[in-house]
Amino acid sequence: MAEITLDNLAHSYSPNPKGEGDFALKELNHVWSDGEAYALLGASGCGKSTLLNIISGLLHPSQGRILFDGKDVTQATTADRNIAQVFQFPVVYDTMTVRANLAFPLKNRGADPKYIAERVQRIGAMIGMEAELDKRARGLTADAKQKISLGRGMVREDVNALLFDEPLTVIDPHMKWELRTQLKSLHHDFGHTMIYVTHDQTEALTFADKVVVMYDGRVVQIGTPQELFDTPQHTFVGYFIGSPGMNVIPATVTGKHAIVHGNEVELARGYDALDGKVEIGVRPEFVRLTDGPGLPVTIRRVEDVGRHKIVRADLFGSPINILAGEDQSISPDMTHISFDPARVNVYVNDWLKHGKAA
Amino acid sequence: MEKTVNQKAWFLILPVLILVAFSAVIPLMTVVNYSVQDTFGQNQFFWAGLEWFAEMLESDRMWDALGRQLMFSAIILTIQIPLGVFVALNMPKSGFWSSFCLVVMSLPLLIPWNVVGTIWQIFGRVDIGLLGYTLDALGISYNYTQDTFAAWATIIVMDVWHWTSLVALLAFAGLKSIPDAYYQAAKIDQASRWAIFRYIELPKMMGVLMIAILLRFMDSFMIYTEPFVVTGGGPGNATTLLSIDLVKMALGQFDLGPAAAFSIMYYLVILLISYVFYTVMTTVEKNEG
Repeated sequence: MAEITLDNLAHSYSPNPKGEGDFALKELNHVWSDGEAYALLGASGCGKSTLLNIISGLLHPSQGRILFDGKDVTQATTADRNIAQVFQFPVVYDTMTVRANLAFPLKNRGADPKYIAERVQRIGAMIGMEAELDKRARGLTADAKQKISLGRGMVREDVNALLFDEPLTVIDPHMKWELRTQLKSLHHDFGHTMIYVTHDQTEALTFADKVVVMYDGRVVQIGTPQELFDTPQHTFVGYFIGSPGMNVIPATVTGKHAIVHGNEVELARGYDALDGKVEIGVRPEFVRLTDGPGLPVTIRRVEDVGRHKIVRADLFGSPINILAGEDQSISPDMTHISFDPARVNVYVNDWLKHGKAA
Repeated sequence: MEKTVNQKAWFLILPVLILVAFSAVIPLMTVVNYSVQDTFGQNQFFWAGLEWFAEMLESDRMWDALGRQLMFSAIILTIQIPLGVFVALNMPKSGFWSSFCLVVMSLPLLIPWNVVGTIWQIFGRVDIGLLGYTLDALGISYNYTQDTFAAWATIIVMDVWHWTSLVALLAFAGLKSIPDAYYQAAKIDQASRWAIFRYIELPKMMGVLMIAILLRFMDSFMIYTEPFVVTGGGPGNATTLLSIDLVKMALGQFDLGPAAAFSIMYYLVILLISYVFYTVMTTVEKNEG
């Protein structure tokens, strides 16, 4: 187990990167604390897998250093880094039995056969495949194969870190939940540093102590699920986390007020004069549908999802989402919305602007 | 549900039936016809029954040729399959040099059989051939027209030169289809080079390798032109493979009856081996799925 430090790290797949746009991973400084479980969250193609492969040593960064417990491993091979990684699509050794598959990483490192037998039995039980241990891996379902891949990732106890690259994509929803729970309890029991790449926010929020949100090759926010929900540092985080995501509305801000198309919106904090693209962000949870006063909206449709209703509406021509309670009736005269002032965030050029408490 | 009866469909396959009849069935029947008759000239034929088959089965000549044939196929398979795999493993996986290798390796496959034979026939000559002359100059006795070992070595090296590319190309295609994640996982698992070959590359290549083995076996088992051009079956009968012997018998000695019986048995052997291969291949594929 190790603390992993990324120092000035950046990566470009082109040999002579010209501008920032050529970098799949923009300059990054970060310390992954020893023994924490992180989720790396972002849309496809935002650099998550690149970052993961750099940490595991499958890819060497164009710039910067990686340190494991303060030791520079930037040029070290994957084997030397002693890392376990599970990939998106199941990788199993077809001709071997399930047991041999699970034993493979230990055997290659010359572990004691007695220990291997014990350990494999335990992992087999953990992934729920004890009964199939002596079956050949070939011919198993994709689910089962991915469970073997997960098992192979977890079989070594002394790894510096466990990396998961969207490992549950091919698993069916019920099993997904179960395996995620097992990963979490595994983390609890052994305290490995874990990094879990995903584009599924539920997966990220349930698995991790801390979620790292990436956007366009950049880490935009690192925080607990609560922090990501309450104070998204970037409009992307607001939009990506939550369902539906945060409403982002163009506005001008002066002092303790925001002006949206000539209508005044009260804020909880005061702001100095702001330059650039100014927007306010409000989560649908904190938008209230009223019969006035407030901002005028036109309701497009109401989706009842069981626990609550999602109201899709138009605010000065752009869509806005409102969350209404299941027991709240929505009547035709509800043509206005108001915000919870404490929950309105102000963004300048997509980044959160902190106001002064009044 | 009532099954629709529509016999008109037969007319639609009639053209193909006629074509196959003229191209395969009728010629084959002619051979069958010869194999059960004897003639003393003047186009007069007498019923001979299975006499020719019995005679061929008892003749050392056919068994010797079959033995040589099996040995030839076995030798070229043991060389070409591992060599082809080895070449494929060491080829550049992408980029200019990969395409370059593919083109260069395809070249021998595009050369007609008799030209290949002629190339090696000249190449091996002690007086004007580069190979023969060089070996001779180095003091190595090499003469494929008189020395059995030299003759065998020449036709084997020639076949390896001509056909190893095919195995390599097929194996390369198999290798290319392995997703990167497998190699990455192997690195993470600290697998040795041998383990990667044994547990990832070989299993993934198995399907194409079976095809390569089948193709190379059938082809080598029916080989005629190249050794005929180089050695003419000699010295003596040393390189007289099955098809060379067959042609000698049918066209050289004009022993139509025995040659026809020989052909039919040759055909049945190939059919039998193909069937065995087909069965093995489908079983392997089923296990893979």
